[in-house]
Amino acid sequence: MNEFSYERATDPAAAIRLFSKCNGRNPRYLAGGTNLVDLMREDIEQPGTIIDVSGISQAIQRREDGAILLGAGAKNTAVASHRDIRERFPMLTQAIVNGASAQIRNMATVGGNLMQRTRCYYFYDSAARCNKRVRGSGCDALDGFNRIHAILGTSAHCIATHPSDMCVALAALDAIVHIEGPSGPRRLKLTDLHRLPGDTPDVETELAPGELITAVEIPPLPPATRSVYRKVRDRASYAFALVSVAAAVQLNESGDSILAARLALGGVAHRPWRASVAEGVLQGAPATEERFRQAAEAELQLAVGRAHNAFKIDLAKRVVVDTLKELTRRPGDEP
Amino acid sequence: MSVLQKVTEALAKVMPDKGPDPLIETWHIVGQPLSRLDGPLKVSGAARFAAEVPLENLAYASLVLSTIAKGRILRIHSDDARRAIGVITVMTHENAPRMHAPPQMFTYRDSAATSNLPVMQDNRVHWNGEPVALVVAESQEAADYAASLIRVEYEPETAALSFDARKPEAKPPKDILGEPPDITVGGAEDALRRSAFRVDQLYRTPRYNHNAIELHATAAKWGSDGTLTVHDASQALAATRDTIAKSFALEPEKVRVMAPFVGGAFGNKCVWNHTFLCIAAAKLTARAVRIVLTREEVFRITGGRTLSEQRVALGANRDGTLAGLIHTGITGVVSHNAFPEQFTFPARHLYAAEHMLIQQKVVELDMVANTSMRAPGESIGTFALESALDELAIECSLDPIELRRRIEPQKDPTRNIPFSSRNLLEAYRRGAERFGWAQRNPAPGSQRDGAWQIGQGVATAYYPYYRMPGGSARLRITADGRAVVQAAAHEMGMGTATVQVQHAAERLALPVERVSFEYGDTHFPDSPVAGGSNQTVSIVAAVTAAVQELVEKLLRLCGKDSPLAGSRAADVGARDGGLYRLDNPTRGESYRAILQRAGRDYLECTAKAPMPAEMKKYSMQSFGAQFCEVRVNEVSGEIRISRWLGSFDTGRILNPKTAGSQFRGGIIMGIGMALTEESFFDERSGRFVNASLAEYHVPVHLDIPQIEVIWNDIPDPQAPLGLHGIGEIGITGTAAAVANAVYNATGKRIRELPITLDKILTAPPTLRRSVATSATPR
Repeated sequence: MNEFSYERATDPAAAIRLFSKCNGRNPRYLAGGTNLVDLMREDIEQPGTIIDVSGISQAIQRREDGAILLGAGAKNTAVASHRDIRERFPMLTQAIVNGASAQIRNMATVGGNLMQRTRCYYFYDSAARCNKRVRGSGCDALDGFNRIHAILGTSAHCIATHPSDMCVALAALDAIVHIEGPSGPRRLKLTDLHRLPGDTPDVETELAPGELITAVEIPPLPPATRSVYRKVRDRASYAFALVSVAAAVQLNESGDSILAARLALGGVAHRPWRASVAEGVLQGAPATEERFRQAAEAELQLAVGRAHNAFKIDLAKRVVVDTLKELTRRPGDEP
Repeated sequence: MSVLQKVTEALAKVMPDKGPDPLIETWHIVGQPLSRLDGPLKVSGAARFAAEVPLENLAYASLVLSTIAKGRILRIHSDDARRAIGVITVMTHENAPRMHAPPQMFTYRDSAATSNLPVMQDNRVHWNGEPVALVVAESQEAADYAASLIRVEYEPETAALSFDARKPEAKPPKDILGEPPDITVGGAEDALRRSAFRVDQLYRTPRYNHNAIELHATAAKWGSDGTLTVHDASQALAATRDTIAKSFALEPEKVRVMAPFVGGAFGNKCVWNHTFLCIAAAKLTARAVRIVLTREEVFRITGGRTLSEQRVALGANRDGTLAGLIHTGITGVVSHNAFPEQFTFPARHLYAAEHMLIQQKVVELDMVANTSMRAPGESIGTFALESALDELAIECSLDPIELRRRIEPQKDPTRNIPFSSRNLLEAYRRGAERFGWAQRNPAPGSQRDGAWQIGQGVATAYYPYYRMPGGSARLRITADGRAVVQAAAHEMGMGTATVQVQHAAERLALPVERVSFEYGDTHFPDSPVAGGSNQTVSIVAAVTAAVQELVEKLLRLCGKDSPLAGSRAADVGARDGGLYRLDNPTRGESYRAILQRAGRDYLECTAKAPMPAEMKKYSMQSFGAQFCEVRVNEVSGEIRISRWLGSFDTGRILNPKTAGSQFRGGIIMGIGMALTEESFFDERSGRFVNASLAEYHVPVHLDIPQIEVIWNDIPDPQAPLGLHGIGEIGITGTAAAVANAVYNATGKRIRELPITLDKILTAPPTLRRSVATSATPR
């Protein structure tokens, strides 16, 4: 680990000021540290200054319009166990508790979860080639061990995935990211925060230098919407998703037709993947397995598998269909 | 083999048996579920591991590892590192103290070195991850930072990295741990062709790493008198001392190695480069130096279990007996080691077959030396053999346990000598009853719970009995009626101290509170490596010899006033903290009384265990039956183990509590081997790409169901105290039991480990050709 200086910010404005002051010394914001500190230990990240923002905005508030505002510093555990989240957005609680370990969730924050970096093996090995670590150096994952890699939105320069579970649920929930920065505050849809790799996989988000995530806003779901998060992984705990599905479905009164569906996939792309193509197929459609399959096929039509991860294409379709079946099951249906 | 050895072996085969250990049926203290004596130290953090020993004026080391698999170092740029704050020195092949290349352990008994390559003595690079420089600094942080500043220029050469590409050049190794690589009985290929029922399949197993929780660590300090003190996370103290002495041209007496506690070893805590380098750095800097490997470094500079491709072909007669058994295959090895991974050992001793063909070959690769990992060979060998037997049982339309009953041998099938003790079928009987095997539906895909398909599988567990030569122990009895046993033995978490106290207390007829066991230090008498599941029985044999000698000494000490006056060792037995005549139990006295009358504070002796002659005359093996229930999700292919029962035949059990944990630990490691673990070796670079516990998936609690273990507890009349080692057998048969259960659940036969969900999703259901006939009932 390299030497670095440590600063602590008490509010966003102070953090941003500190960032500007230290520009040129590769400053980084630090929240729970569950990813950044690992990366520093592995010598993948070498910040000259750490600006600790972990004390800022830990609150979880319910606004009058029913939206929930998660402070960027709120711990994963606090979010998952918050009564409003458990009752109104069970999919978000499920996504969080299916991620990492209890110890990590006790440290990790909302903002940090959004900013965590890929688990690609070659990104973590400084002896390997990685365009994310060193732009233009090449990608050893393309023809290496790529079983855990992306199948959607990949490029010839990077096939890494975004590792978060929480973000997949937030993507399906139309979450909005509140940002403050040197040029003032702004808001961004969560689905617009993370970028696809393109030819600059080292640029992972739309945040400008010095910009700080301060909160994530979750708008209320339409009434009678059922939601669930389903994660498929190699072991029962502490493993990243091979494929995950966050789904929320609003059915008509008779329960045989879909009024609205929201669907996001994890473990398949460089960002939490909002499955808007599938949503289009489902909108107003009968809640049948056949239609679910059409939706899954449509969403995965452009998926590209490589030597070890091609199974994810079929797996994603199977899990999408099964998750939708589960959400639309009526009392008395055969499981 | 020397002439003397040959004569000894020949004699051992004809000599009459010594007769069973008189304590073989004594169950006062032996057999009690005593809690681990080191437990309070462990949970309170008071047990000190190698990385935690406080040393005066300590300096810290950090390594730089090669990033090419083969070639030459051209230049090492270390000026920035040398100038960094707190750096004491940078050691490379240009300034490292001279060291002799070590002999390697699988060829020389008194070596614990896993490779015979010179360590940092020249500019050659032999594998990707080999240490090429070491920084010594005033703090670990300073050393790590300086190491990150070092740049190395290489001239790479073409390395042999692809196992598949090298397979055509596979050749038999000289030997496999002293056994021949080939065994032929009759003509197995012909027998296979003529058989009524046949299975002929390839099975593949990947590389694995041990991943003991305690990272490897060494701390070394040279004394002004030329002595050397080493704290090392070690499972082979005496051999480590001898290895270090050879490399640094010292008398072994000048070297002291200590490891009172080791946090898991599994075959991996022997001497790797970092131990030599730490000692060399201490010499170079005249400081005490400590090195603690990172998890990544454990993957790169210490080896694991190598990969294998195995063929098992079985031909059965109409009555379900075996006409032919073929087990052959190839493993990847290195030229600087001799560890072919004995995957054919189970097939040599498990089943009766009219014709047999056993053959192992190796290909040499440019990688870190592969080594022993919990039940090396037997773990992966039983995966192939026991999967194939399950396939054969289906071909024959026989229950898999019934098939094993029909191929149970009367004597060792390849050594042609009797078994000392073999109760495998009893283990199957008891296991099947407890597990409810009879209720299982043999038709694949016949049981389900919603999306979960359920299946049960069974497989034989097998591991040899080993007692290695070289065990010794010191025994002291004090005038206050206490006993102390000392041996340079190893406590890696399995309960060594606890069971040895139980044994000594039983043999001396003292309460356990009055007996202690001191270990983990080469100042004590030598013990063999804690490997091959041999440590417990080896120390028991040494302590037994020490007790015999001490009894003789005590009797000599008894004057004519003693009630034991004139008694010989054969006349007395231990009882109630003393010795009493066997022909007149009222005549005798306590150890305390004997010593006090003689005016002695203590009496002490050191004894060696007798040579393990029992292994020459008898085939001594341990057995078990592994029963597994799995749930396989039809949608996702996810596999979860829902039930496990291990039923073992491993002689007598010394301590049900520590033994239960050993069996369970082995089964858990086997479940990891079956389902999730694999070290990804990138054949383009020769680097492991998942060198961390986040990406190398050992099982977590949620992956493991309640594991029930039972045992026959039938003493082996040929073994000291009637017991067998049990550290390794739990992992054997495990992966096959899982694969067989997965087949029962899904109808899919996965022959390549680990059985991950993608393999389930992409495997076609194994359609069995319809067989009109089935094996005839017997």
